[in-house]
Amino acid sequence: MIPNEFEYLRAGSVDEAISLLQAHEDAKILAGGHSLIPVMKLRLNAPAQLIDISRVPELRSIREEGNTIVIGACVTHQEIASSELIQSKLPILAEAANMIGDVQVRNMGTIGGSLAHADPAADWPASMLATEAEIIVKGPNGERSIAASDFFVGLFTTMLEPLEILTGIRIPMPATHSKSTYVKFVQPASRFAIVGCAVVLEKNNGHIDNIKVAFTGVSTKAFRDVNVENALKGKSLDATNIAVAAEQAAEGVDVLGDHFASNEYRKHLAKVYLKRALNSL
Amino acid sequence: MASMIGQPVKRIEDKRFITGQGKYTDDVILPQMTHAYILRSPFAHATITHIDVSAALAMEGVVAVFTGKDIAEAGIGGVPTGWQVNFRTGETMKEPPHPLLVKDKVRFMGDAVAIVIAETKALAKDAAELVEIEYEEHEPAIFAAQAIQDGAPLVHDDAPNNLCFDWELGDQSATDAALANAYHITTLEFENQRLAPNAIEPRSAIGHYEPGTDKYTLYTSTQNPHLVRLLMTAFVLGLPEHKVRVVSSDVGGGFGSKIFHYIEEALVTWCSGKIRRPVKWTAERSESFMTDAHGRDHHSKAELGFDKDGKVLGLRVKTVANLGAYLSTFAPAVPTYLYGTLLQGLYSTPAIYVNVLGVFTHTTPVDAYRGAGRPEATYLLERLFDNAAREMNMDPAELRFKNFIPPFDGINQPGYQTQVALQYDSGNYEPVLKRALEMVDYENLRKEQEEGRKNGKLIGIGFSTYIEACGIAPSAVVGALGARAGLYEHGQVRVEPTGKVTVFTGSHSHGQGHETTFAQIVADKLGIPMDHVNIVHGDTESTGFGMGTYGSRSLAVGGSAIVKSIEKVIEKGSKIAAHLLEASVDDLEFAEGKWTIKGTDRSVAFGEVSLTAYVPHNYPAGLEPGLDFSSFYDPANFTYPFGAHIAVVEVDPETGKVTLKRFVACDDVGNVVNPMIVDGQIHGGLAQGISQALLEGVVYDEQGQLLNGSYMDYTMPRADDLPMFEIERKVTPCPHNPLGVKGAGEAGTIGSTPAVVNAVLDALAPFGIKDLTMPLTSEKVWRAMQQKSNGHTHSK
Repeated sequence: MIPNEFEYLRAGSVDEAISLLQAHEDAKILAGGHSLIPVMKLRLNAPAQLIDISRVPELRSIREEGNTIVIGACVTHQEIASSELIQSKLPILAEAANMIGDVQVRNMGTIGGSLAHADPAADWPASMLATEAEIIVKGPNGERSIAASDFFVGLFTTMLEPLEILTGIRIPMPATHSKSTYVKFVQPASRFAIVGCAVVLEKNNGHIDNIKVAFTGVSTKAFRDVNVENALKGKSLDATNIAVAAEQAAEGVDVLGDHFASNEYRKHLAKVYLKRALNSL
Repeated sequence: MASMIGQPVKRIEDKRFITGQGKYTDDVILPQMTHAYILRSPFAHATITHIDVSAALAMEGVVAVFTGKDIAEAGIGGVPTGWQVNFRTGETMKEPPHPLLVKDKVRFMGDAVAIVIAETKALAKDAAELVEIEYEEHEPAIFAAQAIQDGAPLVHDDAPNNLCFDWELGDQSATDAALANAYHITTLEFENQRLAPNAIEPRSAIGHYEPGTDKYTLYTSTQNPHLVRLLMTAFVLGLPEHKVRVVSSDVGGGFGSKIFHYIEEALVTWCSGKIRRPVKWTAERSESFMTDAHGRDHHSKAELGFDKDGKVLGLRVKTVANLGAYLSTFAPAVPTYLYGTLLQGLYSTPAIYVNVLGVFTHTTPVDAYRGAGRPEATYLLERLFDNAAREMNMDPAELRFKNFIPPFDGINQPGYQTQVALQYDSGNYEPVLKRALEMVDYENLRKEQEEGRKNGKLIGIGFSTYIEACGIAPSAVVGALGARAGLYEHGQVRVEPTGKVTVFTGSHSHGQGHETTFAQIVADKLGIPMDHVNIVHGDTESTGFGMGTYGSRSLAVGGSAIVKSIEKVIEKGSKIAAHLLEASVDDLEFAEGKWTIKGTDRSVAFGEVSLTAYVPHNYPAGLEPGLDFSSFYDPANFTYPFGAHIAVVEVDPETGKVTLKRFVACDDVGNVVNPMIVDGQIHGGLAQGISQALLEGVVYDEQGQLLNGSYMDYTMPRADDLPMFEIERKVTPCPHNPLGVKGAGEAGTIGSTPAVVNAVLDALAPFGIKDLTMPLTSEKVWRAMQQKSNGHTHSK
């Protein structure tokens, strides 16, 4: 478990990290290292330089900005789980953070690192989609925002350009009466998601007038399940409607299969976990 | 002073372990030490067509590179097997060589091809990437049932149909007759899946040749230092045994996987002689998954016959055991003498026959893994009992009570002669099951299950009443069964002049807590404080020839050797005390650390006697100075712990996920020296056995690629997978060793697996599901329910 030789560089600011990326063709950005270091140890990836951004102050905060909450890319899962701001305004993120790995992983791993890595079984993408987060990235040509629904391109691929760094996440403040949850069926060895389901909804007079449903773990990338959302819009959240909506879950997507869960079983679990999420709201 | 035996004393060794002060093999740093990386085959079956090490050798910092050609040219054969099993025709088993490095043909993914030695581990690894190896791939034989078919690819040319042996035990014609007359026969096919052992400390070995003395030292993470030295010197490298020292200090878990003599041990020793510098190798976790001997991997068909009252009549078993690519040290014994001999279980089955095919495949070698053969036998038997109870519409506990062997203490009643070669030492089986039923509140639990079923809740209750043979083993018996070594143990008790005691044992702790348990025995028997006792193990230069730790043998065999030496110390001490007290030996009694003239207050303390023994100015005429005794203890029999386990599970009807709600165990492991350590052994064993039922299993694809060789894919049990264990014990002492102890290291693993699977099948009984293959993953359970749910009824 010894990686190939590499040079370690620490950036003091985002701009410095971008300059370093420009100067080093084979460099990789290092945040919590919980995805990158294991693949380096297995020698599946051998960057010549690591540019450590984990101590860049501007990437370390959770703050309210206007009607949004901004989370810096290098905020750890544990910091999100224990943030009072997140717990009161975006409890779904605290709930999801607490389901990631174990305490050691949560203390080191960062939200930005996880999103940039785009593991199809990672927990974060589902709640990012369901809360309609924007991913903020910065490169030599400046800053831009990418809707979470556009950000995930496929297996371990995102809209990030080679010289761009994911700097943070901006999430619109949910309506005060909105309800949300993240539920997860774990892969028993890795504890990643076989199915992770995030739901955010608003009810008006007992009827759903706004709902976002997103899955992770099910396919090569996390996705919003529009069929389910359409099936529930304007409806009440009763057993019949939930059952009808659950039948729509993960339909029309390319479902993954492995020795823990075949595609058929995974699709079934998506329906069951959607139902469980909705029943809890 | 209160007796130290039976006290839950905290473990002496834990201070260094939990403060990071343990000294494991990889912690050893020697001057001039080099580091090795072993290149391994990425294919299960291939011919090496080309190998070029020149670029690696040319790299700065690389000291040497050796290949299979170098090993062959040095005339080194390979690592041997310690147990011979015969075909039922009498022919001896096939025993192909297992070379240290392969020269021509690789036989499993992980087979060692070359060793790169460099100044640092990182350099060795970098240089290994420069070694050019070309392979011509061949079709492999991965699964045992396919490997024995005509035309299957051969692992070794001289083993037709990949058969290592075709072995039998028991009375075939009596069994056939018993089953022909049976009122009911329950039949099941079983897969006892392959497991990877996963000790927390990966294997590590350092070879150290010293030209000045022409001596070698091998530091290695083994459970068995003396046997490694014997095998390596006499059978592999041809080195003089007395010029080789094997040191195995702290070892971080083994579960059997560190019993065996591995190629890496001989390889680093040989390499160190070649380059005249120490050579260290430590496995990476992926290497451990590929190269630590795996466990289990049996496929069996078994039939158990009953009369109309539910009395068992006969058991017929056919097993195909996957041995992997080469014979590991004890591989032939595991699916034969450690398996077939346990098929009697706790039951008075009058006729038993078992036939086992040992099969080579292009996979990692398979050998002893916690329980070794006994879990496979227990799984089969206990599944059959629960299945028969369901088929015969009887309660599974009731069916067991009907068939238990009646109690015998081995003193007033003789031991129980089984149909499969063993004589049980002592047993009393009803009380453990009765107590387990009380602990679980069986009657109410069945009611709760019934209520639950009405509400769609799938609760299941599963049983296992197991026996095991441990305290391995009487040398004459195992010799007759094919063992190539004796299985006694050595124990030396050296009383120091000040009355402190150093004990040297051939047993080897790799987590068992010997430093505490053995010290308790010495403190108890000599009446001295525990902190006056030091336990030394794991160094062939200081300890007498012993056989290491496995098969739950340390206390029963190693502890007994120490007791014998303590008795000799007391006997000689009495002579010295009698001299000092000017009394006759017969008038003295030894208790609480002093010799007293009976009926008086005149006494002499242990420390005075020990000092006199080493400063013998005033001393009995004709008596040698010193107070230092060694003993070898060869047990009269195996020991036979037993117990009753009950698992309670709940199955999620929507996802198939199994939750273990409760696990109740009432075990009888004989007398107990340290109940806290025994509890720990039982807990760990249960976790491992439950894990086989629900979580673990090595997965190979048809090309022999290991698909789950990492913790991202291989499921290990975690605390949240397990309930709080409810454990109790009964005590039926062993009649044939001085401590009356039986052994507790494997009991939990042996008993628990079938209880969990039986519980899941009980939960699924309304669906008519009779069988599931371990591990019982959510998807398997869900699929079974899906397939059966059309025709299911909600009655049993």
